[in-house]
Parts: sequence; structure tokens; C-alpha cells
Amino acid sequence: MLSRLVFVTGGNNMSIVCGVCSLVHASRSLHTSSQSLAPVPPLPEKGGKVRHGIFPEELFQLLYPKTGVTGPYMLGTGLLVYLLSKEIYVINHETFTAAAIGAVLIYGVKKFGPSVAAFADKLNEEKVAKAQEVKDVAMTNLTQAIENEKKEQWRVEGRGMLFDAKRNNVAMLLETNYRERLQMVTNEVKKRLDYQVALQNLHRQMEKEHMVNWVEKSVVSSITPQQEKESIAKCIADLKALAKTTQAKAAV
Amino acid sequence: TADRRQVPVAEKRLMDVKLNQLGSWLGSRDFTPNGIISAVRRGHDRYYNKYINVKKGGIGGVAMLLAGYVVLSYVWEYDHIKHDRWRKYH
Repeated sequence: MLSRLVFVTGGNNMSIVCGVCSLVHASRSLHTSSQSLAPVPPLPEKGGKVRHGIFPEELFQLLYPKTGVTGPYMLGTGLLVYLLSKEIYVINHETFTAAAIGAVLIYGVKKFGPSVAAFADKLNEEKVAKAQEVKDVAMTNLTQAIENEKKEQWRVEGRGMLFDAKRNNVAMLLETNYRERLQMVTNEVKKRLDYQVALQNLHRQMEKEHMVNWVEKSVVSSITPQQEKESIAKCIADLKALAKTTQAKAAV
Repeated sequence: TADRRQVPVAEKRLMDVKLNQLGSWLGSRDFTPNGIISAVRRGHDRYYNKYINVKKGGIGGVAMLLAGYVVLSYVWEYDHIKHDRWRKYH
């Protein structure tokens, strides 16, 4: 549980425990072998089992076949008695200090261990949850991007139809323009031809009038005063005769 | 099981070395400073990955190191503590 806190605060501090400067800073080796380390294997759930806090379980497993369950304890007792009797471990003031400190430590660990462990677990949970969230957001973004891409690809298929419609539009515009110009040309040509026709008509008319005028003038000038008197007398005689016939008709 | 081809003594792990091969095995180990540092690094990595770099570590990881430190420091101080012995002859 202390180790959990150590892990939370940054596992690289443990390298100081070695007492030597480390050549490689990663706790897993660099890519020197042909195996690939990605995806990184998940951390093991629990560490190696340790009995009474300081004796690794492997010792007990080692002695179990030969001495059964009580073997390591007997070994410990025997060792302790030997050390004490030969005074390889000397009982002095430090022993009492060690005992007192040991008692306080064990009491503290037993009492506050689980709560500290839960706290450290919570910190780890939060870190993992944050990373997971980042990953999830990235995943949703990427799937969204994939969908958008597919949609764009679908849209591209429609672009063919769009271009066909546009091509039709352009063709129609060209046709309209062509016809407009054709009409303009026809109109202009017609106008010019009309002008020529009108011009000729005018010519003929003027010739006619001129000729008529000239004929009239010549006729009038050819009528001598003598002929004019004679014609006037004839007209009067005719009128008289006419008046007589109408009078006669009216009387009848 | 594992294939039975002969592995040269130098590359065997310590637990697989027979007693009479111990001398040659020791002779073939790499005692250059680089070799020593890499051996220390390997040992550290084994301990770290087994007891500390886990999701729910227990007290054992750190407690074992502290206990080892206590024992080692007692061993270094033994020559001084010898003078506190209660009896002269054991």
C-alpha cells in the first residue's frame, strides 16, 4: 500500500534506491529485441505475495514439499534462537527502540492501511479515467470523421449528375445566344433590303410624278387661249343641253 | 517441454547451473562496469515489476526493502555493536 503511493507519485524515484545511476530510464527495455511492445500489456493486478509484510511467499513454497506448512516458521524460530544465543544479534537499547518503532509501524499499517490504499486507488482511477476519456473522445472524433468521409464519398457520386445538369444549362445558353444572333442578323438584313426596296419605290414614284407633272405642264402650255375659249363654250353648250334633258326628265 | 539441445554454460540461468559448473559459470559472467550496471538494472527491474509496478501493490514491496536496509545496516555496524554483548563466551 505504501508501494501504491510510491507508484502514484512517480515510479522513477525507485531507481534512486539502487544507489547507482541508471543507464536506461525506462523501466521496460527499449526496442532492442524483435518483439514489439505495442500494445503495452496491462499491469498485473496484484504484486508478488508477501507474508507478514516482509517474507516473500516463494520461501514458503520452497520449503513446503520438505517440511510442510510449519517449516519456515520453525526455520525462523531456530534462526532467532541461534542469533540470540550466540549474541550475533545483541540486545541493547536499540532493541527497545526497534521494538517500539515496530509496534507503532505495525499498528499504523493495520489501522490506516486500507484507507490509504483506497485513496491511492482513487487517484489511480482518476488518472486512468482521464486517459480513457481522452481515448474515447478521440475514438468518437475519428468515427465521426469516418462517417463524414463516407458521406463525402457518397456526395461525390452525385456530382456527376450535377455536372450533367450544368452542361445542359450551358448548352441551352449557347443555343439561345446563337438564335438571338441569328435573329438579329435576319432583322438587319431585312432592314437593309427594305431600305433598298423603299428606295426603288421612291425612285419610281418620283419619276412618275415628275413625268405626270411634265405632261400636265406641257399639255396646259399647249392649250392656246383660242382652244381654251372654244372648250369653255363647248362646256357651256353641253351643260345647257344637259339641263334641258334633266328638266325634261323632271317634268316627266 | 523445453527442447533438450545443449545450451552453453555461460547462458544458463543460475538456478539451472549444476554445482560443478559453478566455477566456469562465474568465470563467464560479465564483470565489466557496464555488465555490473546492467545486472543491477536487471535485478531492479525484476523486483520493481514484481512488487511495485502493479495496480494494487501491498506493503510488501517497500517493507521488504526497508527490512533489508535494516538488516544490512546492522551487519555494517556489527563490529561496533559487538562491544555491547552481555557475555564474553558463547
